[in-house]
Amino acid sequence: MKIKVRLFATLREHRGKEVLVDVEESATPLDVLLVLQIASGDVAILLINGRDGALDAPLVPGDVLSVFPPVGGG
Amino acid sequence: MFGYQGKILRIDLSAGKSKVEQLDEKLAREYVGGRGLATKYFFDEVPATVDALSPENKLIMATGPLSGTPTPTGGRYMVVTKSPLTDTIASSNSGGYWGAELKFAGYDMIIVEGKSDKPVYVAIEDDRVEIKDAAHLWGKVVSEATDILEKESPEKSRILAIGPAGEKLSRIASVMNDKSRAAGRSGVGAVMGSKNLKAIVVRGHKTVPIADEAALKETVKESTKKIRENGVTGEGLPTYGTAVLVNIINENGVFPTNNFQLSQFSLAENISGESLAEKYLVRKDPCYRCPIGCGRYTKTDKVEGGGPEYETIWAFGGDCGVSDLEAVIEANFWCNEMGLDTISAGATIAMAMELYQKGFIKDEDLDGVPLEFGNAEAIVAWTKRMGLREGLGDMMAEGSYRLGDQYGMSALSMSVKKQEMPAYDPRAIQGQGLQYATSNRGGCHVRGYLISPEILGLPEKLDRFALDGKATWTKIFQDLTAFIDSSGLCLFTSFAMGADDYATMVEAATGMKWDAAEVLKAGNRIWNLERLFNLAAGVDPSQDTLPPRLLNDPIAEGPSAGHVTRLAEMLPEYYDLRGWSPEGIPTAATLRELGIEG
Repeated sequence: MKIKVRLFATLREHRGKEVLVDVEESATPLDVLLVLQIASGDVAILLINGRDGALDAPLVPGDVLSVFPPVGGG
Repeated sequence: MFGYQGKILRIDLSAGKSKVEQLDEKLAREYVGGRGLATKYFFDEVPATVDALSPENKLIMATGPLSGTPTPTGGRYMVVTKSPLTDTIASSNSGGYWGAELKFAGYDMIIVEGKSDKPVYVAIEDDRVEIKDAAHLWGKVVSEATDILEKESPEKSRILAIGPAGEKLSRIASVMNDKSRAAGRSGVGAVMGSKNLKAIVVRGHKTVPIADEAALKETVKESTKKIRENGVTGEGLPTYGTAVLVNIINENGVFPTNNFQLSQFSLAENISGESLAEKYLVRKDPCYRCPIGCGRYTKTDKVEGGGPEYETIWAFGGDCGVSDLEAVIEANFWCNEMGLDTISAGATIAMAMELYQKGFIKDEDLDGVPLEFGNAEAIVAWTKRMGLREGLGDMMAEGSYRLGDQYGMSALSMSVKKQEMPAYDPRAIQGQGLQYATSNRGGCHVRGYLISPEILGLPEKLDRFALDGKATWTKIFQDLTAFIDSSGLCLFTSFAMGADDYATMVEAATGMKWDAAEVLKAGNRIWNLERLFNLAAGVDPSQDTLPPRLLNDPIAEGPSAGHVTRLAEMLPEYYDLRGWSPEGIPTAATLRELGIEG
């Protein structure tokens, strides 16, 4: 299945803003990050369809991941 | 005294005189400095029912014990007065270099009293204090007034000034320093304008006495290391500034759009921190002794200068439905020049846009610049008109609540206690909702930044939709923030540091004993004193609430759809944790425990 991944801040370097990643059915965000060569330790915020997501949550077709490094402000 | 200069400069503008007083050491231990200590002096000297724009109101510029020391970010100061916007205590924080310079001149705080009969500015060089004619500065925008003052002042002077908005008593006017740094919120610039005070120029040559130099050096080293190694303060903020939040908040579906009618902006990427860095960033623009350096210096074909910050981009961008980042940068520029608070200014334009959308504001009121959501030209033109009080801009300069009141529609003002809320929809961030409702200066994110645990996961990730524990988190964040605002450090250090770090630093500087528990207790004491002032000013607990839209109308679309702020379920627990009665009044036992005399 194809999972749309939206990347932000420094994670865009060499990867772009938005990528489609082909993974097996029931793959998890961890599998997606592996394909994108993003270490899970570099991920501070992971959203699945705009909600806080777990790295080991099984994904379903159509899911959108948003991935952020440590960032903040205010 | 150590950490403190031990001196207050009191300026009576009615009499045209100034004098130096000793700082009360006992009060300094209890209320720390900055926000806390200035509030204590203000509380003791000014009746809470004072008209904020009358000569009887006072205006305090206050540093903390760490301002002007080598501690990381130790250059902050606070402007404390009664707010003409909210009628609550106002305490607006600013960075840059002015605060540290005031300390170098030998003063912990300045208390400005009375009213000059003509425009003046105050010139301070160490022990020499002069009240000078400002006829040639009146009416000038902030950068122009600053340039003129730089020429007629000692070299390396630091300049604090108001713009036309403050002169014209706009209730959303800021006090500016170092051209683009703002004590932005609650209309403190109007209080300065009401006193006919255009600027305060400071140059100092003294050092801040330190109790334990070796201990301070050690804690500076350790805290700087923590700041540099933290992902947010060491990498995110230095690289992108605060604007990096645009995409995070928008992806979560809590980026208020079109005056909070929507909670996600389809064009957010155009105004994101990433876009700002790619297209308009010239360089970082850090404050005094700051290892973070979140400040931005940006340039477009039309303007260049400091900012814009995340909140500003949201206010003029998403909240007005505008995706043109150049126009947002230009609106920010004009806020700095006019001396307007960017959050309130942008949110007031958004409110006017909704009033236009709903037919309350008519085409004939617009002088050719339609207040339509998404109109980039409007955010620039109406910011200038607000600053100069031209046309409908005259009414808008009063802020969104009073603007709405003219049409019987103040309920559409996205404000708390008449102050506009910033850039996070609290319907799906429950703790932030409680914080907005209970903030002692009205709608504000920096009285307790619950976004940190609820969205960013710092220091730990909380479920933003849940209510459990949110009252406790809100109280702790509010208390810790009150201490940080009083210390002279920047709130952003708290992404990397905790209460014990602040205790260590203030103890090394002052020689007074501090620990984490005492830090939070001092914050609690400051919070309760602010509360007592507000109650005495007539801002009763019924105002601990949110606009009806946020309590009654669920978010319609996006990942946060279906939620409202469940304030009524959190507020009783919060009052109880604070040691307040069920009606929201601090009990005698609580005040006694905190050492606040009734």
